[in-house]
Amino acid sequence: MSTALLDRRLLFVTGKGGVGKSTVASSLAILAASRGKRTLVCEVDAKGNLADFYGTNRLRFDPTQVQERLFAMSMDTEASLREYLKLQLHVPLVGRIGPLAKAFDFVATAAPGVKEILTVGKLAYEVRERHYDLVVVDASASGHVVGQLAASDAIRELVSVGVVRAQTEWMTELLTDAATTGVVIVATPEEMPVNETLELIDRVDTETGIDIAAVIANRVLPELFNRDEEADFERLDTPEGRAALVGATNDGAVHVIDGARLAVDLRRSRAEHLDRLAAGLPNGMPLILVPYLFTRSHGIRTTRQVAQRLGEEL
Amino acid sequence: MAARRGSPSVRLAQLTAAKEILLSTGSGGVGKTTTAAAIGAQVAATVDAKVLVLTVDPAKRLANAMGLKTFGNKEVRISPDLFLDAGVEPAGELWAAMLDTKQSWDDLIARHAPDSGVRDAILANPIYQNISAKFVQSHDYVAMERLYEIHTAGNYDLIVVDTPPTRNAVDFLDAPERLADFFGSRLLRWLIAPYRSRVVSVASRPFYNIADRILGTQFLEDIAEFFVLFQTMRRDFTERAEAVSRLLGGQATSFVVVSTLEAAPVREARYFLDLLHERKYHVGAVVLNKVLPSTLLDPDATAAAKSMVAEPETIAPHLFEVLDNDEHAPRMLAEIGASYLNYQVVAQREAELRSELGTQAGTVASVPYFSHDIADLAGLLELGETLWES
Repeated sequence: MSTALLDRRLLFVTGKGGVGKSTVASSLAILAASRGKRTLVCEVDAKGNLADFYGTNRLRFDPTQVQERLFAMSMDTEASLREYLKLQLHVPLVGRIGPLAKAFDFVATAAPGVKEILTVGKLAYEVRERHYDLVVVDASASGHVVGQLAASDAIRELVSVGVVRAQTEWMTELLTDAATTGVVIVATPEEMPVNETLELIDRVDTETGIDIAAVIANRVLPELFNRDEEADFERLDTPEGRAALVGATNDGAVHVIDGARLAVDLRRSRAEHLDRLAAGLPNGMPLILVPYLFTRSHGIRTTRQVAQRLGEEL
Repeated sequence: MAARRGSPSVRLAQLTAAKEILLSTGSGGVGKTTTAAAIGAQVAATVDAKVLVLTVDPAKRLANAMGLKTFGNKEVRISPDLFLDAGVEPAGELWAAMLDTKQSWDDLIARHAPDSGVRDAILANPIYQNISAKFVQSHDYVAMERLYEIHTAGNYDLIVVDTPPTRNAVDFLDAPERLADFFGSRLLRWLIAPYRSRVVSVASRPFYNIADRILGTQFLEDIAEFFVLFQTMRRDFTERAEAVSRLLGGQATSFVVVSTLEAAPVREARYFLDLLHERKYHVGAVVLNKVLPSTLLDPDATAAAKSMVAEPETIAPHLFEVLDNDEHAPRMLAEIGASYLNYQVVAQREAELRSELGTQAGTVASVPYFSHDIADLAGLLELGETLWES
């Protein structure tokens, strides 16, 4: 039996670009905090979007409290290195960190996995030290996330001795414990996001051994009609039907019918992809639906609405 | 004014005629790959030209749409039969290639290495193997390098590039320069010094002591070896990187910025447009995908939709003859009225975002929501047609 989503301690939220990863990550964090969990949410690709979802200023490496029990931070690998050196290696280098950071930058650029491990390492550290009940990560998109999640293994391949190698061992242990860590994949019911989700499930499984806690289908369009109403709509969407509705209202009614046709078509094509997604998931993997929100804003209001919808499902 | 500037259609057709390289850019999920493929297919269909679509999309979607089973570093021609199947007699030729990062890096090393000893040593170095195979940013450089190589070979009239899915849309632009900087850096020399001389200066000893504790000697030696070997190719690489930069900024190249009308992609598109202008790159067009129809903003339709929601019972009797006195009519009417108003909210949001983008971009082509996914060449040509005519 897998551990319920919000009972885990570390959640990586990923998915194809543009599917609403940050929306889901920020909403999950709000939901967890509202249920009494001390929660940290961290954006990994420093695009500064996460702050928008909470209506706060730009986030930094040091967590900002955005509401009760909810803290938000933005990953910065250099700051993470500094913290690591100080806490783990007791290197008194605060004053002389400049050249070291520069050197680090080159090593990190040349040696893959170093930046990733500092990212994942910092998050795993927060979990291990029990600074928070739950850490939600607005992780990289599906193309890059496997490299991030598999970083500790990659480092182990390259580095045979030394402190780093030892560090990677506890990290791998924490990450691969399904009661602690889970990946949440967000998809919209469209062709490519569904394809990438199904591929990613496979890759996370074979390349990282980290448990996938749930798949979240975001922006699911509402069903407009029941069967009888649909039959009615088909009769309305004829030259005679259009003329009759124009007669009963005004000339603009044809656009209303066109709009409904578009809504029906979109819903239909998306329903197919949603079915494909559901059918492609491994047995027992939860699929959570979040409806499309026809809202004007993108800020905290939307985040709360999505959190509420997630709350109904979780 | 619109008439003087010409419709986007003319501009897109002109753009493809005037330029040798088009780079399709934008954030993830906006239809970059599909747009690049559609532009390539449309040019090959309508103009007597040899067109290459170069993609880096790891999802291999383009391969499916172009009827290719395998799709690799080598350029392959899309069968004219596929055009005929789609009801089009192609005036030109359509070719396609996908970037194989690892293979491209290996080719690059083989070309620049001073001798076979250096070549083999680099290819066997664990740091190199990781960079070339896994390291995401290495896509950026090698993609632009490959573009340069293909362009220089001169086999195509037009090359349409689907740019790498970078975290930051501009990374690939900076990649050649970064590489050149890297070779020129003192830090690199410093980093490889102990490997060469085996003498660590007093100044750098603390760094090595720490690095050694953290990473272990073997790893440091692998890194140093890699840098030392790479150093032998420095001049070639630097010159090449500069040439790639020149090509991207030159007369032959133009950028097509692709976006949907959602907040995050638009923000990225604006940022990218600013940056391209600032650096004096040529921006040929902005392509907006999945755009809702403007009829969703019609005032009469809005009034009609509102009355359908407010008083469906009053309107339904007027439809008796069409709907056979159906009891479900009121709810159906209320639903479609409500749906119109829902989509109107989204269309308004899109219109706002569009006006924000519009001030920055000259040519804007809009592509409506297609009710079906693009799964074959016919679909790409339909999209191409829409781009040309929108």
